[in-house]
Amino acid sequence: MAVTFKDVEHVASLAKLSFSDEEKEKLMQQLNEILEYMEQLNLLDTTNVEPLSHVIDLSNVLREDKIKPSLSRKEALSNAPARTEKFFKVPKVIGER
Amino acid sequence: MRLNKDYEPIIGLEVHAQMLTETKAFCGCSTKFGSEPNTNVCPVCLGMPGTLPVLNLNLVEFVLKIGLATNCKIAPRSIFARKNYFYPDLPKGYQISQYEKPICTDGFAEIDTDDGKGKTIGLTRIHMEEDAGKSIHDLDVDTLVDVNRCGVPLIEIVSEPDIRSPREAYQFLSKIKQLVTYLGICDGNMEEGSLRCDANVSVRRKGQEQFGTKTEVKNMNSFRNVERALEYEINRQIQLIEDGGEVAQETLLWDANQNVAYPMRSKEEAHDYRYFPDPDLVPVLVDETWIEKVRASLPELPTPRRDRFIAELGLSKYDAEVLTNEKRVASYYEETLAALAGITGQPSKNIAKTVSNWLMTDVLRVMGERKTDIPEFPISPKNLAAMIGLIIDGTISGKIAKEVFEEMLETNEHPRTIVKNKNLVQVSDSSTIELAVDEVLGANKPQVDKYLGGNEKVFGFFVGETMKKMQGKGNPKIVNEVLKRKLGSLKN
Repeated sequence: MAVTFKDVEHVASLAKLSFSDEEKEKLMQQLNEILEYMEQLNLLDTTNVEPLSHVIDLSNVLREDKIKPSLSRKEALSNAPARTEKFFKVPKVIGER
Repeated sequence: MRLNKDYEPIIGLEVHAQMLTETKAFCGCSTKFGSEPNTNVCPVCLGMPGTLPVLNLNLVEFVLKIGLATNCKIAPRSIFARKNYFYPDLPKGYQISQYEKPICTDGFAEIDTDDGKGKTIGLTRIHMEEDAGKSIHDLDVDTLVDVNRCGVPLIEIVSEPDIRSPREAYQFLSKIKQLVTYLGICDGNMEEGSLRCDANVSVRRKGQEQFGTKTEVKNMNSFRNVERALEYEINRQIQLIEDGGEVAQETLLWDANQNVAYPMRSKEEAHDYRYFPDPDLVPVLVDETWIEKVRASLPELPTPRRDRFIAELGLSKYDAEVLTNEKRVASYYEETLAALAGITGQPSKNIAKTVSNWLMTDVLRVMGERKTDIPEFPISPKNLAAMIGLIIDGTISGKIAKEVFEEMLETNEHPRTIVKNKNLVQVSDSSTIELAVDEVLGANKPQVDKYLGGNEKVFGFFVGETMKKMQGKGNPKIVNEVLKRKLGSLKN
């Protein structure tokens, strides 16, 4: 299953990234190389193997429902490229998701 | 609005309920509603690199409660997934949810239908997830983002496409609300967004087996809107098919002000969420011991409670249903009943109906008028019981009791204090009553003649006049007796 030019455009738009046509060509080539490399995994017979979701053997890591201090608003907003006194500010978003 | 009888709507609901935990799903920030913007946030819910989410134990317990209350299978092992999309209210770029292995599956809920027969609605799944933040669009040229709600724990309840009318959708939603509030895991407030509902809707001709193309309707933020939006969408689809068109698979947003649903402006790929297992959160394993522990902690649920009220207390189905509809009302009723049984020494069954009448006609009426809830209701169950006790032991009449009730609402005072201060004790002493009766009969000769002439309807007039003379405090039973006796002796 090869990655097409259209696939690259689709994934880029989902990630809200924009590329020039040359960049898209290059990415398409790189993605295909990665997938080809990964193809080796298909040499293994996985008929009776359960899909793995986690590599470490841990379960039920849970936390008591107790409030811990939050950041101050000043700290919380401090990394934002744009902000008001109380809010993060982002370019106008229209419509619903 | 009437629906075309040749068609049958097929409806499935997705209900999101915000859990009443103290802290968020994966971090220790408070879930408090209405906090100052961006004050309940930390590196985890802000999606800072290198942070790790840790699951809230209560979220698991809460979802197990609703899962057991709706007869679900509990997955021995369930995992979290990332639902990927970019939107400013989601700093991480993905929402933590459950996809392949939700914690609860294959349940059902019994809904109350208008014909009284009830109906079973299947539940496909119930899973845990986190809420997104809030974007504020209508202020500036920019969009402002408040991340407080990010990470607030939600459960999503997905029904089977078993719902066949907007009314049934309403009844299903009411049942879910009733269950989550009984379990104390959600406050059930749709207007504030603690309970949200989306619907999948299609129509098919009666007798046709295959489902039609479905649309998704979102943004129905009140119980009434759910019914109205579904009626609108069903009619729109039927009209489209009747006109020779085809239903397009799309998502519509309900506009409650204009009563229309309009298609969402979004590209197809908006639905490409690329779910994958979240490597940051380890699997949740639930064994039988844990399930049984949660099961043992479940409160009595509305339907068993209703049935108990009918069987043990002899209430009518209607009374029992109204009283058990909300947990707080049912508890208020039971507390009043227990207190009154203590005061009078009578078995609960003998006084159940009396207490029920006060709840249904007075307490619920006042709550409706004042739009308050049991916690703010000024009369305690103990004081209400004391007042009903005063009627039963003959201290006050039922009529005066209404006055005492109103006074209790205003002053919060004990009924006995009110009765004493306002001098409302019922007069049962026959010589006092006789005096009043004599005066009434003496002052109303023409009516007395009418009565003696055979017009027995005038009797009610005499009762009214005597009560008025006694400021409503006459014991009605004795007033009646005395009047009958006096008028009888005039006859001879």
